[in-house]
Amino acid sequence: MSQATLERGINALKEQIDAPVAAFFSSCVSCGMCAEACLFYTETGDPKYTPIYKLEPLRRVWESEYTLFGKLKKALGLHKPVTDQMLAEWQELLYDSCTMCARCSMVCPVGNDIAYMVRKTREGMVASGNSPEGVKGAATRAVTIGSPMGVKLSALEAQIRHIEADSGLKIPMDVEGADYLALLSSMEIMNFPEYLQALAKIFKQAGVSWTLCSSAFEATNSGIQIGSSDIARTLVQRIVDGAERLKVKHVISPECGHAYTAIRWDGPNLIGRPFPFRVVHILELLDELRAAGRIKTRDLESDRHTFHDPCSIARKGGVIDGPRRLMNMVTSDFVDMKEHGKMAWCCGGGGGVSSNEDADELRIRAFKKKRDQIAETGAEVLVTACANCRLVIEEGLEEYKVELPVVGLSELIADHLVVDEEPPETPE
Amino acid sequence: MNEPMDFLIWTRGTAFDIAVTIFVIGVILRLFEIISLGRKQNLAEPKGTEFGPGMRTIFTRSIPDPGTFRRQPLTVVTGYLFHIGLFVGLFLFVPHIELFRATFGFGWPGLPNPIVDAATVLAIIGLLAGLWHRLMNPVMRKISSGEDWLVWTLTFLPILTGYLAYHRMVNPYPLILGLHVLSVEALLIAFPFTKLMHTFTVFLSRWYNGAMSGRRGVES
Ligand code: SF4
Ligand code: SF4
Repeated sequence: MSQATLERGINALKEQIDAPVAAFFSSCVSCGMCAEACLFYTETGDPKYTPIYKLEPLRRVWESEYTLFGKLKKALGLHKPVTDQMLAEWQELLYDSCTMCARCSMVCPVGNDIAYMVRKTREGMVASGNSPEGVKGAATRAVTIGSPMGVKLSALEAQIRHIEADSGLKIPMDVEGADYLALLSSMEIMNFPEYLQALAKIFKQAGVSWTLCSSAFEATNSGIQIGSSDIARTLVQRIVDGAERLKVKHVISPECGHAYTAIRWDGPNLIGRPFPFRVVHILELLDELRAAGRIKTRDLESDRHTFHDPCSIARKGGVIDGPRRLMNMVTSDFVDMKEHGKMAWCCGGGGGVSSNEDADELRIRAFKKKRDQIAETGAEVLVTACANCRLVIEEGLEEYKVELPVVGLSELIADHLVVDEEPPETPE
Repeated sequence: MNEPMDFLIWTRGTAFDIAVTIFVIGVILRLFEIISLGRKQNLAEPKGTEFGPGMRTIFTRSIPDPGTFRRQPLTVVTGYLFHIGLFVGLFLFVPHIELFRATFGFGWPGLPNPIVDAATVLAIIGLLAGLWHRLMNPVMRKISSGEDWLVWTLTFLPILTGYLAYHRMVNPYPLILGLHVLSVEALLIAFPFTKLMHTFTVFLSRWYNGAMSGRRGVES
């Protein structure tokens, strides 16, 4: 990347402004309702965390560059410019205290999609050199090593050998012409290898032809989190190249929420062409397999279970009913949190917040919201579908001394599979 | 020479024409300024449509999400009071409709004056309570700019002067009526350059919000 400067930052902000952004800023009536939707405000009571306030740099650029009156104000020297100092101050607001969960976007009475604009404002922060070190480090590792956590192919191969030895299952790698290419997140590889094992088990039963790809296994996209389309494009291109090399028909986004956003919604726009394959979220695929009768489960968990909707999958991805059908397939006492689905509260660790050490303390404070929501359900087990949410929740619960197991939904399904049956068709 | 009368005639003549011209041209320019920025073509395979969900959100956003309402009911209540009161006072007051009919050649039935009067009182209460809330609530104070106070004042004055004029509370009558018309003109002139524009752009922003969510298969 070229030298980050204020000028480049402001230019990047200018480039980000489109008709929706202009409509949003023109419509804001400073009513403050968005604050009530944001866990960083509700859990701290600090008005600086009001969502629309986080966008002040972008708003200023919009006003002075794209409105008649703003241009006039600028000409008369009455305009408050965006300065380096301001951007430095806003780093906390745009990164530490925003997970781009888009809950505020659901609440604003005039319809402002604030998360959409936070994502855009981050482009200006990167271009002006104002992104946090932790997120920057993750992005650099993603580009140079291939994973934000520095997980290399050899590490994945080691996990595969473990899983294969433990379970007797086969994990296919680089199988040309497979129907599905499964992607993973580094966190799943390192912290939750159960996920990969669950996939292998479920796909065997359902007779799904699938593969991993040695040149494209990492689905997460630090470019999206930090707000750099350049980095995001490089990472998406890697997946597209891998999928095209193996000639797969579908690419499976792992549970990880922002990976889904990156590959499903932003991917084609980043590389500038539609994908020649279809992208499905693993929960969408599992729900399809369920509907087609290709996965059979037995026994129901009798403990009370609740489900945490990862923002990127539910509110921002439309995967809302499927996970509930899957939950009901394996549990007998499933209760939803009061506000769930498209109104779910964020765990507090999305959008790069969990890889940003500056935000650690604030994130734990914001987590109170989730803790209380979970407690209200009386659940004995929390199920979710994102390795990042899962880690953030586990850490949060530990911090607040709450003993509660947290499980991934795919694994829960895999645990209940009827295994002694022969798969409907054997792929090999 | 009757000075208040001359003042009234002036406000209803030249000044009114100027204000309406600025308002109409300004609003068109501003809308053009926004829409002409366009949107990048979205290449991701859609999960749902854009148009319908966008239209839907235009309506559904008038109803607050219950959880958020419980956290901040005053904002919602004052907002409703003011907007409904203003709508009734502006569009269903017989003299306003007659003015419209005289200018454009058509009109619509109004409401009986006592109802309009009550609605106006509600609008005034809504605005005053809203102002108090804006002063007291830390979030609103933090995000309010000079423009917000200006816009509040510009909105409040026509309603107040209209109310005073209707009840003949200021003498001479032509003076207060003239002030009413003048305050409306101030509002019209400022309209295109301030967030008063939300009256129109709210349809755009709600539509965009609903459309972008709809595309991803979510009702927003
Ligand atoms: S809720 Fe919407 S209109 Fe109200 S302050 Fe926030 S962005 Fe502005
Ligand atoms: S996207 Fe989520 S975290 Fe960010 S400002 Fe909105 S509600 Fe807060």
